[in-house]
Amino acid sequence: MNMSSDTIMRAADGTPLKAKLAQSLRREQLRAMALIAPLLIFILASFLLPILMMLKNAVYDPDLQDTLPRTSALLATWDGKALPEEPVFEAFAAELKAAQKERNAALIGKRLNYELPAMKSKVTVTARKLEAVQQGPWKEALTTIDPVWGDIETWATVKHASSTFTPFYLLSALDLRQTAEGAITAAPAERQIYRQIIMRTFLISTLVTVLTLLLGFPVAYFISMLPPHQANLLLVFILLPFWTSLLVRTTAWSILFQDGGVITQFLHVSGITWLLNALGLLHGEPALFKTRLATVIAMTHIQLPFTLLPIYSVMKTISPNYMRAARSLGATPVYAFIKVYLPQTLPGIAAGCLLTFILSLGYYITPALVGGPTDSMIAGFIDTSMNNEGNWGKASALGAILFTATLVLYYVYNRLVGIDKLKLG
Amino acid sequence: MKKFATAVIAASALCSAAGLARAGDSINITSWGGAYQDSQKKAYFEPYVAKGNKITEAEYNGEVAKIKAMVEAKSITWDVVDTDTPTVLQACAEGALEKIDWGKLGLDKSKFIGGDLTECGVPSIVYGTVFGYDTSKLKDGPTKVNDIFDLAKFPGKRGLQKSPVMNLEWALIADGVANADIYKVLATKEGQDRAFKKLDSIKANVVWWESGAQAPQILADGQVVMTSAWNGRLQSAIDKDKKTFKIVWDHQGLDWDWWTIVKGAPNLDAGYRFVSFASAPGPQGDQTKYIAYGPANKDAIPNVDPKTLPNLPTAPDNLKTAFNIDPQFWADNGDALRERFNAWLTK
Repeated sequence: MNMSSDTIMRAADGTPLKAKLAQSLRREQLRAMALIAPLLIFILASFLLPILMMLKNAVYDPDLQDTLPRTSALLATWDGKALPEEPVFEAFAAELKAAQKERNAALIGKRLNYELPAMKSKVTVTARKLEAVQQGPWKEALTTIDPVWGDIETWATVKHASSTFTPFYLLSALDLRQTAEGAITAAPAERQIYRQIIMRTFLISTLVTVLTLLLGFPVAYFISMLPPHQANLLLVFILLPFWTSLLVRTTAWSILFQDGGVITQFLHVSGITWLLNALGLLHGEPALFKTRLATVIAMTHIQLPFTLLPIYSVMKTISPNYMRAARSLGATPVYAFIKVYLPQTLPGIAAGCLLTFILSLGYYITPALVGGPTDSMIAGFIDTSMNNEGNWGKASALGAILFTATLVLYYVYNRLVGIDKLKLG
Repeated sequence: MKKFATAVIAASALCSAAGLARAGDSINITSWGGAYQDSQKKAYFEPYVAKGNKITEAEYNGEVAKIKAMVEAKSITWDVVDTDTPTVLQACAEGALEKIDWGKLGLDKSKFIGGDLTECGVPSIVYGTVFGYDTSKLKDGPTKVNDIFDLAKFPGKRGLQKSPVMNLEWALIADGVANADIYKVLATKEGQDRAFKKLDSIKANVVWWESGAQAPQILADGQVVMTSAWNGRLQSAIDKDKKTFKIVWDHQGLDWDWWTIVKGAPNLDAGYRFVSFASAPGPQGDQTKYIAYGPANKDAIPNVDPKTLPNLPTAPDNLKTAFNIDPQFWADNGDALRERFNAWLTK
């Protein structure tokens, strides 16, 4: 037993060397943590926290719970088969009166209005008329003011809108509704819109990604084959627009695309307009501004460097010897390119396309400025919900859907290609 | 030494005198931009600034959601906001605006056209939503609301506001509904379907404008053959920019603009002082020199610029087929119809 204590290596002050080492490692780690702490805190506060709040907002719905606490507590035990009993009406009337005093009655109406059209005015009118009513029975009083309060559906809506957490916004962001019985059905046809918008967003993003790849790949290949000083010059041509503000480039496109603008005039003067008319492909002058075509062209231009640069930087690292070896072993140029060169560029292609696709999903300014109303994408609708309709729940739900789509995409990419193969340069 | 002491005493006396006088106000005022805000600048903001106050201007397109968002987030950066009537009613009902204390303003509510409509605003002007065209490009121009919907007679694009307000009303009028029945019909699901169906017929040929300044712009650019607009915007383009526009007054929709104060505004008292200043007959009459909107203060009517009189939406000739935009209808149904309108737009 004494042997072991003698063989332990000790530092000059007599502490075991192992402990000393651990101590110094711990200090190193703390110092490293201190160095990354500012960034970590920044990311938590400016990135993670807002996302969590957005996700919470998509299901958090405290309005009715806050304004009608007693009513919602009583409704919790209601079976929904027949009209609620007098105590529910009594509680509702009292709470509606209180809300009217604090000018919150419109909030109740607004929340119910999301599910039952015209409820907003019915609630505000009821609240106004209820001020004059001093005594029950409240069931009778309310149904006299508006027969809507004698409707089971109204109370079913109040019941499920008064739970603090609701699937309502997420469902409506997918054009779905929950019936009074809890079943999920499609929204009325004239309000169905979001599935179409989500599909459109994915379609435009896919189109832009494919176009940037088709345009960017040959250019990247060409530049990677040039001697450095020529390659640098060409890279500047790609980087200059890349460094220009997105808004400036979009505005520039909207000027170019105007009716009677540069592009239309060029097509006219060069005879292309005449030719297209003669071929029956066009009637009169081409209309480019506020179209899908303009949106895709502008987005492709803006996204091109994002696809091109990762591909280029991967191509730079591919030694020309592989191709030479393939050729010397008898492969045709095309065969060697497909079998030897292309597979080596895949990490760059994957990185560039993923980057462009994910960025395209969130496009807002470009479709708004050069596209028409039928080209607006999900981000445009998040803006409409927030700034125009004042419906933060729906805006958050749309954001949550976009966020989930991006995560799913990342997961699929990781399974198919492997995230370790992602090369940005 | 004695001289120095006198100087110190004199200086401190001056300082305290300055301290007694109220330091100039500093407020944020948000309005609708373009020719309208320019007219407010000349008639209200500049004289007010000349009195030693400071005004920070902002612009918006009448989105009630923006006011509500500020109040809910308790981060209020606007003090005084110029709104239309549906907006003041909705924002008031949802608790986003201060209730106006007319005593504090020192104004007589009965002197203001429509002053009783809401507790949350002071009427400022009466405006009309009209439509117009460029006579240099269109010789025999449209004369009726039906012409907006007549693609055979007037081929080409037409500008309309990206909002259900006025578009649904005009769609029903073009579909044969009388002024008195517009809102009765529009309150029903069938009436709304009918209005959207009528709008469907020109949907592919509409350029949607969002800010008031865009309407005369797209007309001048030749992007549209005719456009809806607020009458003062077209009149300003005619008067100041010498455009050859013609205003069609058929079935114009009348509405007010209001001075409102955002609930919890950081400069509440200063906001009151500004609204009081801007609602006085003098500046109210002054504004008509710069834009063709009628003053809401009846006492300002003698001060109206005589050149502007025939161009006001309230001039008898212009009122023949006019109707009032029903503010209560839009305050109650605006949210649902805006949502449906936005869905309809993108299909």
